Amino acid sequence: MYQILSKTELAQGTVVANEIHAPKIAAKAKPGQFIILRVNETGERIPLTMANTNEERGTITIIYQVVGKTTALLASMSAMDHLADVVGPLGRPTPIEKKGTIICVGGGTGVAVLHPITKGFKEAGNHVIAIIGARNKDLLIMEKEMKAASNELYVCTDDGSYGHHGFVTDVLKEQLEKHGAAVKEAVCIGPVPMMKFCSKVTKDFGIPTMVSLNAIMVDGTGMCGCCRVQVGDETKFACVDGPEFDAHKVDFDGLSARLTAYQKQEKEAMDAYQKKCSCSTEA
Amino acid sequence: MKKKKEKTPRQAMPEQAAEVRRRNFDEVPLGFPEELAMLEASRCLSCKKPACVEGCPVSVDIPAFINKVKEGDFTGAILKIWEKNSFPAVCGRVCPQENQCEGNCIVGKKDKPVAIGSLERFVADWARNQNDIPMPPIEKKTGKKVAVVGSGPGGLTVAGDLIRKGHEVTVFEAFHKPGGVLVYGIPEFRLPKAIVAHECNFMEKMGVKFETNVVVGQTITVDELLNDEGYDAVYIGVGAGLPRFLNIPGENLMGVYSANEYLTRSNLMKAYRFPEYDTPLVTGEHVCVFGGGNVAMDALRTSMRMGSDDVKCIYRRSRDELPARGEEIHHAEQEGIEFFFLHSPLRFIGDENGWVKAVELQEMQLGEPDDSGRRRPEPIPGSVKTVDCDLAIIAVGAGANPLVTSTTDGLDTNKWGYIVANEETGKTKKGQVWAGGDIVTGAATVILAAGAGRGAADSIHEYLTWGW
Ligand SMILES: Cc1cc2nc3c(=O)[nH]c(=O)nc-3n(C[C@H](O)[C@H](O)[C@H](O)COP(=O)(O)OP(=O)(O)OC[C@H]3O[C@@H](n4cnc5c(N)ncnc54)[C@H](O)[C@@H]3O)c2cc1C
Ligand SMILES: Cc1cc2nc3c(=O)[nH]c(=O)nc-3n(C[C@H](O)[C@H](O)[C@H](O)COP(=O)(O)OP(=O)(O)OC[C@H]3O[C@@H](n4cnc5c(N)ncnc54)[C@H](O)[C@@H]3O)c2cc1C
Ligand code: SF4
Ligand code: SF4
Ligand code: FES
Repeated sequence: MYQILSKTELAQGTVVANEIHAPKIAAKAKPGQFIILRVNETGERIPLTMANTNEERGTITIIYQVVGKTTALLASMSAMDHLADVVGPLGRPTPIEKKGTIICVGGGTGVAVLHPITKGFKEAGNHVIAIIGARNKDLLIMEKEMKAASNELYVCTDDGSYGHHGFVTDVLKEQLEKHGAAVKEAVCIGPVPMMKFCSKVTKDFGIPTMVSLNAIMVDGTGMCGCCRVQVGDETKFACVDGPEFDAHKVDFDGLSARLTAYQKQEKEAMDAYQKKCSCSTEA
Repeated sequence: MKKKKEKTPRQAMPEQAAEVRRRNFDEVPLGFPEELAMLEASRCLSCKKPACVEGCPVSVDIPAFINKVKEGDFTGAILKIWEKNSFPAVCGRVCPQENQCEGNCIVGKKDKPVAIGSLERFVADWARNQNDIPMPPIEKKTGKKVAVVGSGPGGLTVAGDLIRKGHEVTVFEAFHKPGGVLVYGIPEFRLPKAIVAHECNFMEKMGVKFETNVVVGQTITVDELLNDEGYDAVYIGVGAGLPRFLNIPGENLMGVYSANEYLTRSNLMKAYRFPEYDTPLVTGEHVCVFGGGNVAMDALRTSMRMGSDDVKCIYRRSRDELPARGEEIHHAEQEGIEFFFLHSPLRFIGDENGWVKAVELQEMQLGEPDDSGRRRPEPIPGSVKTVDCDLAIIAVGAGANPLVTSTTDGLDTNKWGYIVANEETGKTKKGQVWAGGDIVTGAATVILAAGAGRGAADSIHEYLTWGW
């Protein structure tokens, strides 16, 4: 059913892009929305954001980092293979309108999630300043695409192997100091600690900020409550109320904690998978 | 004169011993062998005015099918049941018979009632293993298209009924497998998933199309089905898919689950077979399940099977008010579930890593009857205790999921978000749209959802044949 049409490795085999045939989803998807997929019959359901969609070809593109068993399994699939299930588009689209100057900050694979949103804001007539970062040069993804999607692009690496030496938060602060109240909104997407620190910076400047939360999910339709996050004094379901929320209200520490719930089982699954892989290649 | 024949006692269905089954996911009751089924059937008095039938929400002709069982004509029996009930293998297992058919059985006045549910199950199981049962006839194609949203017992009933009437039927399901609560909620040890799959395959054979992985309201809307996709009618049977939480402090700690999540992981995703299946689930040393209905019993017994030895049911009323089926309560007790009646949770207490480690409970007493007619539980001042708890499962009911209602123009909902629809016909305020099951009534039962589906199918057929 859901055929993989192409596979591209974006960073040292740890970040992979797949174009997948899913015409119904491609026709409906908007920036900020995600899908849930299952690789095979025994697979887990995992959420991934659509980095791109092509209605004519009937395809969606996902970009993911290999972090555990399911993403490793997905990365092992070749073009022309089929996925068992893909469901979407899920979540609310990013509210995109013309506001003035917008700052888009992305870290790691968060850049893939940020890309369609950045593009959307630029197309809506905003002046878009994009800041992207990665641990090192090899892990940096989508620089070219982000350049095209924004008016100004700043690149950082934690180890200084490329672009600005340091964190995205440093550049974010500089830009906010430079542009002040002209900045109408910030969008920050990446690892939870990065979003938390970006949020601290923008709060000091009083800039409304959106973050996209990657809570653990099962159904993605508001049925199970697995993805609940604390936002202000309310409990929200990331899959239907989000995935984007007001950064200044999100309980990032609570989210970080909940993301560790299955660490033990995840390690067990990954170890077993790697053992099986190395056995089968030896055989 | 012949000696008065000794009364046959109610035949008990053989089942797995509690000590064994509390650690496996195989079905608990093993089914009647033919002789036992016929012996049990002989207890039915073939009443002229059968009270049992009045107790059945879909009026299965109980004496007629039981008569066929008495005669050993099981084909005749299944055809009789199918006239009213498309899922006897399911209903025989999960209907609250003690409040419905069996609760009304005349034999039950002096003795134990006829085991109607077990007999229904026996006949359906027998039929599933035959391959020469005549397929229900399918009428000439009408060229009309019906979309069914949600593949629970309600949606499946509508689909089965309308395909036989010659209409084209497509079922849209959000999950990757059809069956609704029958696959994601009710555990394997109570309703083997092979039975649900068999029912869905049978529908496919009759021509029903299943489109899984379609979330109506997101992938496509009800209005688009009608206006762009050319469907003549839409049936909404999306169930009550919104988990209710307790709204007490500590509820977002790790180890605190909604029953929906816990059961979906274990049933639909088969977490009980981890690592063969990839979806993980935690095993608690001290499990507390909050609630006293079927959902709570399923969560309790699942966590026991996942390897816990200390499993508590925390219920704020007393034993008499437990809403679960009698058989489930009985099975839970046999398996070693501990019941804490008249206790209500106040807050969860976490450890330094954000995992739940204990729960504080308020002791209750029963006061005056409330709106539901049950005595209202009230806190006993000053009696609060703390119990160990590293896995908490909340099973205090479900609400209306707004995904479909909030994206459909002109649907009426009540103050709780359930769809307003005619009780008999399932007609909603919106033209060409019908609804039924839990999304109309609130969380109820399989047979009520199936009954609502049947009523709506009749009404849809009438509309497709005659117009408004
Ligand atoms: C709305 C949303 C959009 C996302 N978009 C992207 C994306 O575009 N690219 C990308 O690389 N990643 C994305 N993620 C994260 C991605 O879902 C996880 O990396 C993936 O599930 C890991 O699975 P695994 O089996 O490979 O790793 P595991 O070893 O199972 O888990 C590694 C970590 O991933 C997280 N995780 C595990 N299971 C789930 C689950 N069912 N749902 C969510 N998170 C889980 C946990 O924090 C876990 O510790 C997104 C998550 C969400 C919620
Ligand atoms: C754990 C548990 C145990 C139970 N035990 C019993 C029992 O012993 N006896 C009994 O009689 N009843 C029992 N019930 C209740 C019974 O299962 C329900 O009343 C019945 O299943 C309701 O049927 P339904 O057709 O309305 O919908 P459901 O069975 O709820 O099915 C609805 C379907 O619609 C799908 N759906 C939802 N939203 C969308 C959407 N937007 N687009 C597409 N599809 C969608 C869902 O994924 C689901 O598959 C139990 C319920 C639970 C949860
Ligand atoms: S459908 Fe349910 S209530 Fe009706 S006869 Fe069968 S078991 Fe009894
Ligand atoms: S009421 Fe009891 S005895 Fe009478 S027909 Fe029904 S099942 Fe048989
Ligand atoms: S993933 Fe189940 S409610 Fe969000």
